[in-house]
Amino acid sequence: MAQFDMLESVKKVEAAREANLLFEPKRMTAEEKDALLVAYHPDYKKEEFEALKIGANRGDPVPHELAAVLEGRPRITPADVDLTRIDHDCDVLIIGGGGAGISAALEAEQNGERVLVVTKLRVGDANTMMAEGGIQAADKPNDSPAIHYLDAFGGGHFAAKPELLVKLVSEAPDAILWLNKLGVEFDKAPDGTMITTHGGGTSRKRMHAARDYTGAEIMRTLRDEALNRNIAIVDFTAAVELLTDTEGKCAGAVLMNMETGELTVARAKTVILATGGAGRMHYQGFPTSNHYGATADGLALGYRVGAKLLYADTLQYHPTGAAYPEQIFGALVTEKVRSLGAKLVNAEGEVFMHPLETRDVAAAAIIRECSDRQKGVKTASGCGVWLDTPMIEMLGGEGTILARIPAMHRMFEKYGIDIRKEPILVYPTLHYQNGGLDITPDGMTAVENLYAAGEVVGGIHGRNRLMGNSLLDVIVFGRSAGKHASEKAKSVTKAESLSLCRLEEWEKERTAAGIENETPSPKLLPVYSHGNPLFQKKYF
Amino acid sequence: MENTVNIYLFGKRYAVPESLTIMGAMEYAGYQLVRGCGCRNGFCGACATIYRIKGDRELKVCLACQTKVENDMYIATLPFFPLVKQVYDIEKITPGEAVMMQLYPEIYACIGCNACTKSCTQGLKVMQYIAYAQRGDFARCAEESFDCVMCGVCSSRCPAGISHPQVAQLARRINGKYLAPASAHLEDRVREIENGTFSELLEALTEKPLDELKELYNNREIEA
Ligand SMILES: Cc1cc2nc3c(=O)[nH]c(=O)nc-3n(C[C@H](O)[C@H](O)[C@H](O)COP(=O)(O)OP(=O)(O)OC[C@H]3O[C@@H](n4cnc5c(N)ncnc54)[C@H](O)[C@@H]3O)c2cc1C
Ligand code: FES
Repeated sequence: MAQFDMLESVKKVEAAREANLLFEPKRMTAEEKDALLVAYHPDYKKEEFEALKIGANRGDPVPHELAAVLEGRPRITPADVDLTRIDHDCDVLIIGGGGAGISAALEAEQNGERVLVVTKLRVGDANTMMAEGGIQAADKPNDSPAIHYLDAFGGGHFAAKPELLVKLVSEAPDAILWLNKLGVEFDKAPDGTMITTHGGGTSRKRMHAARDYTGAEIMRTLRDEALNRNIAIVDFTAAVELLTDTEGKCAGAVLMNMETGELTVARAKTVILATGGAGRMHYQGFPTSNHYGATADGLALGYRVGAKLLYADTLQYHPTGAAYPEQIFGALVTEKVRSLGAKLVNAEGEVFMHPLETRDVAAAAIIRECSDRQKGVKTASGCGVWLDTPMIEMLGGEGTILARIPAMHRMFEKYGIDIRKEPILVYPTLHYQNGGLDITPDGMTAVENLYAAGEVVGGIHGRNRLMGNSLLDVIVFGRSAGKHASEKAKSVTKAESLSLCRLEEWEKERTAAGIENETPSPKLLPVYSHGNPLFQKKYF
Repeated sequence: MENTVNIYLFGKRYAVPESLTIMGAMEYAGYQLVRGCGCRNGFCGACATIYRIKGDRELKVCLACQTKVENDMYIATLPFFPLVKQVYDIEKITPGEAVMMQLYPEIYACIGCNACTKSCTQGLKVMQYIAYAQRGDFARCAEESFDCVMCGVCSSRCPAGISHPQVAQLARRINGKYLAPASAHLEDRVREIENGTFSELLEALTEKPLDELKELYNNREIEA
């Protein structure tokens, strides 16, 4: 792998900085990008995928780790729960307390329905809280939803479902306005003009931000609003199985108290899955930028009751995960660092690509530098390339880093690295689940009365997502799912009897297909022992 | 083999690699965390922790996911702290000093001990932002408190019983909604979309053959 020493290499980077700052690397042609992706992007490594043996997507490839939970052993059997004992009764049950779940809750409550939100950790302990860079919306005079559409469609390799993408870009400005009216503090010029920047793959500067705490600012505001409205939110409570009525329509969930293991039954007229992403599945052994609970639970829960998946074989590896120091290995270095002018530089001090190519292309290019080209810098866990952060202040003036990316500064400062003066080492990190549950524009899955919103959904972005379009989809589709699921709830009569019949059928299908995999599903939380050789871990 | 240090988790000793964070060290020791672990990266405030280095008088606080272990560290996590969050209607609030007086009157009981600022895991000037809130200067309170992760450590140290993170949250929402300038271009665009200004254009795009879309995408003009 990489053979360059960190200290030696950093000197080369410093020496080349002035020249690199002026150097305008050219963008890759479509053909160059395609060839690069096929050769180096993790999604194209066939041996890392397998075909599903059962369920609606039988035959489709998914990562091995995902197949293990999709086809794994359900955590409960029908004998474990008394379905006649209804512990929670509500109109709309929302599973997941991130941005999508809470946006949905606010709209469903607004629409007069009784909402229950259950979430595995605390409300807001979620990927939404961690989003740094920003949120897209075409609200500037030189921009339009159509230009936004083209950027996102092309960036997603022309695979997005057009009707979903049209909705995303058309409702984007309203999503920003909604958030702003709830009190979200966007970066603005004194006259109120939104300060917007580029993100990888954008053709207009439409990235809105709240410094580099954009997701946190959105999440804490949504959470505060949900608490103000007295919406029922139950923390440390995971959905472990979805319930149906006798016709197979979704009608609730079996919940598990994460601390006591107690199982309870929630009945609902409609259910929204908003369980987020899958970084903690550590596909292909990659580190991740995601929160602790990002374990693809929603895919497993939905798939078992008959929901379809779309593009479950495409993941997003963020090109700039921290590669050093070890303590933050995999943590996200926001794309905004590149938006603000930092370039990607290899161990020899050469700028090896345009910093604002789309994420998949950038990740593949970094992997190429570190593998075949042998121009990576050695680290404890592998290698990385430089992200030359001091360029930011050479371009934007002193103080730019503290004003625009304080979280980044803080993250490295804790380990004695001043990103204003020193470059940082980066390597791709597992960041985002591009694929997920297939939905209609109203947010319903293939299962009647089961909705999905947020990162658990697939198809909005196609096979790759642009920075800033995910926070956006969380708000747009979260709100929309809340509206539609609550509207639908008005015409649904409460299930007389709840059923786990799908679970019984599932076990039969597993047996018929000869599946012996005993992986508990859903995964709920990852297990880490940080290399402790003495410890055999298990859940209790 | 990597160097190890001795740490004491809730008083019990464990030898762990010195490169680990407190959170990592707990896992190395065998804990399967449920509480006290959220984002694992300094954004959610789930992992507030107090510790003392043996022989040291000072009680320190930190985020477990952001702090490396040290030898002889006595560690107790603070996975929950009972903050007071007042309920209000953001649509009906008037952005003046009186709001704080009504909702969080305890801020006026601040004795100026500065324990909050000293304990802030994000290095914020907490007492200063509370002073701004007292004066009804919400813009400054919002600015000064912006990086707060609401871990609650400040409140755990406060003799006056103030829930600083919640005070700041209120100030930020008031500032974001009422005090910061409105964005005319945003409101205009929302209206244009409502009026269907872009509908045809978008529809035309979705109906174009793939080759044409690729052509458009690959040759689109990129704002400098
Ligand atoms: C570090 C980082 C930076 C990012 N930066 C950006 C950015 O700048 N711009 C952008 O647009 N996007 C960004 N993203 C992506 C974006 O933040 C996420 O895709 C989005 O916020 C996901 O929102 P969500 O509500 O779908 O999921 P989350 O916010 O992850 O919420 C999911 C919730 O479901 C809960 N849950 C999971 N399983 C269960 C279960 N079985 N039962 C009950 N609850 C469960 C979780 O605990 C969590 O509360 C970033 C992501 C990360 C990780
Ligand atoms: S786990 Fe979120 S701040 Fe530490």
